[in-house]
Amino acid sequence: MGDLLTTLGSGLPLVGAEVTFWWVMGRIGLVLLLVHVLLIVGALMVWAERRVSAWMQDRLGPNRVGPEGLLQPLADLGKFMFKEDVVPKHTSKWMYMLAPAISLVPAMVTFAVIPFTGSYEPIYGADGQPTGEYITQSWQIADLNIGVLYILAIASLGVYGVTLGGWASNSKYSLLGGVRASAQMISYELSLGLAVVPVVLMVSSLRLGDIIAYQADTVWLLFTQPVAFFIFLVASYAETNRLPFDMPESETELVAGYHTEYSSMKFALFFLAEYTHMIVGAALVVTLFCGGWTFFGLEQLGWIMGVLIFAAKTTFFLFAFIWVRWTLPRFRYDQLMALGWAWFLPIALLNIVLTGGALAFDQDWVLYILPVALIAAAVIAAWFKYRRDLDNDVPKLERAPQLVGVAGSGGEER
Amino acid sequence: MTTALFYVFGATALAAALLAVTRKNAVASAIWLIVMFFGLAANYVLMEAWFVAVVQVLVYAGAIMVLFLFVIMLLDLRTEVLESTAAPRLPAVGVIAALLFLVGGGIAVHSASLDPGPDPQTGEARQAAALFPDEVATGPEIEGTAENIGGEIFGKWILAFEVTSVLLLGAILGAVILTKRRLT
Repeated sequence: MGDLLTTLGSGLPLVGAEVTFWWVMGRIGLVLLLVHVLLIVGALMVWAERRVSAWMQDRLGPNRVGPEGLLQPLADLGKFMFKEDVVPKHTSKWMYMLAPAISLVPAMVTFAVIPFTGSYEPIYGADGQPTGEYITQSWQIADLNIGVLYILAIASLGVYGVTLGGWASNSKYSLLGGVRASAQMISYELSLGLAVVPVVLMVSSLRLGDIIAYQADTVWLLFTQPVAFFIFLVASYAETNRLPFDMPESETELVAGYHTEYSSMKFALFFLAEYTHMIVGAALVVTLFCGGWTFFGLEQLGWIMGVLIFAAKTTFFLFAFIWVRWTLPRFRYDQLMALGWAWFLPIALLNIVLTGGALAFDQDWVLYILPVALIAAAVIAAWFKYRRDLDNDVPKLERAPQLVGVAGSGGEER
Repeated sequence: MTTALFYVFGATALAAALLAVTRKNAVASAIWLIVMFFGLAANYVLMEAWFVAVVQVLVYAGAIMVLFLFVIMLLDLRTEVLESTAAPRLPAVGVIAALLFLVGGGIAVHSASLDPGPDPQTGEARQAAALFPDEVATGPEIEGTAENIGGEIFGKWILAFEVTSVLLLGAILGAVILTKRRLT
């Protein structure tokens, strides 16, 4: 048992490597701390979503509770707590109760392997003197040698909460939402998993700390694996059921999809689960493709700097989540499936083959064939579309009429 | 401590497996089956076979059971329908399958207890050592890391691996042909 715990705990020199009572206590404290950070950031994301969307639509958003409306999540929490907790008669009680928890827990558990900061350890030569070189040592709760697989495994469980919630509600909207969610998440899980394979090939390790160390030594994988990065990012949008892929809860057709029958804190848990999935997704993109807690040597200032860098990068991708949601319209369901199966899956497979070939024969330029070819194809396709539109006399998009002039003329007509 | 945990997770897996085959509701059965997979995965972790444990969760709990649930929900299976259409000799088939499993498992455990592991002097082990000097040099004790399992599968057991993949390909083709009435 002791062996098991030290394997789990290696790489986090906060309390020492020896498994003692205080070691266990320190680890439990760290877990509690991270859970609370996740919950608070999740609540803040709800506020950020509303403020950013308001900003993008030239509104104000919630700005009354606390400075800039920052305490709005607290007020929302009070409202959720005191709302009546309705359990409809036609539901399957047990599953109905469990589903919100099942959807929140996997999202949080994933965070256990994500390195949130780390330290620089000098490398000592055979004579005991520092060689002047350093290695990055990532800190996380559990340093698994199969970290990437662990994340994919736990991420694949996230679908159960949505599916079971939809089924247990025993209503047609919920069931449709649940069925859509399971089909969508299964489809995009494939692309998500296959997009990570080139990363693992290049680093030749499944440990997240090694992936960060590799990127700190060379370049961010975002630059050497742009196709994998793009597929992973889009697939993570689909996995979190966010716009443009929010078919499982699309308001216009399904009321609220899988959580139509939920109220009070159970609804709040679903809501929080979605935001926790977003945080984990953003943290994963940062870790796998953007160097994690490292930033061109700035992280050498100390582990607090590492936390700050990690937080800043994650915040950027969280902002991108919101940005995309309030910019793009919803896909149709057949478009979603076509994108996942007919485009992402073959491209991800091709990327694996090309990356494997590039590494096996040590030809770096092979890595850039796919991204260059894809960009070229996109440019050519856009050019042909432009020419066809010119030929067909499709009118150009014009600026929306300004409201300023309407007030005077419109009023007289009525 | 490890032994105690083994019994806890083993008992969980057994109880969940029993519940999975006795529940009337198909969705409840599926849920208990998932719990059973987690019990098994926890036992793999206790044996420090991280890779197998995670793949167990990834493949069975994460992918296959989601598809099961998807189909159950899509068909909206009712117990009465199942009882009227299920084969009448199903219990007998179940007993035979259980007996076959017990005999096969017994043979496997018995031969494993007799097998002292690859002898470094035999040709097989030498060949493996020549192919994968890093992996095999550690001796008969094989840790459940991704590297070791990959080395074993793509080295010593490559033929079995390829035969399995052909079998799966055949199953996929069969499923497509059975479900698609017209292939044009």
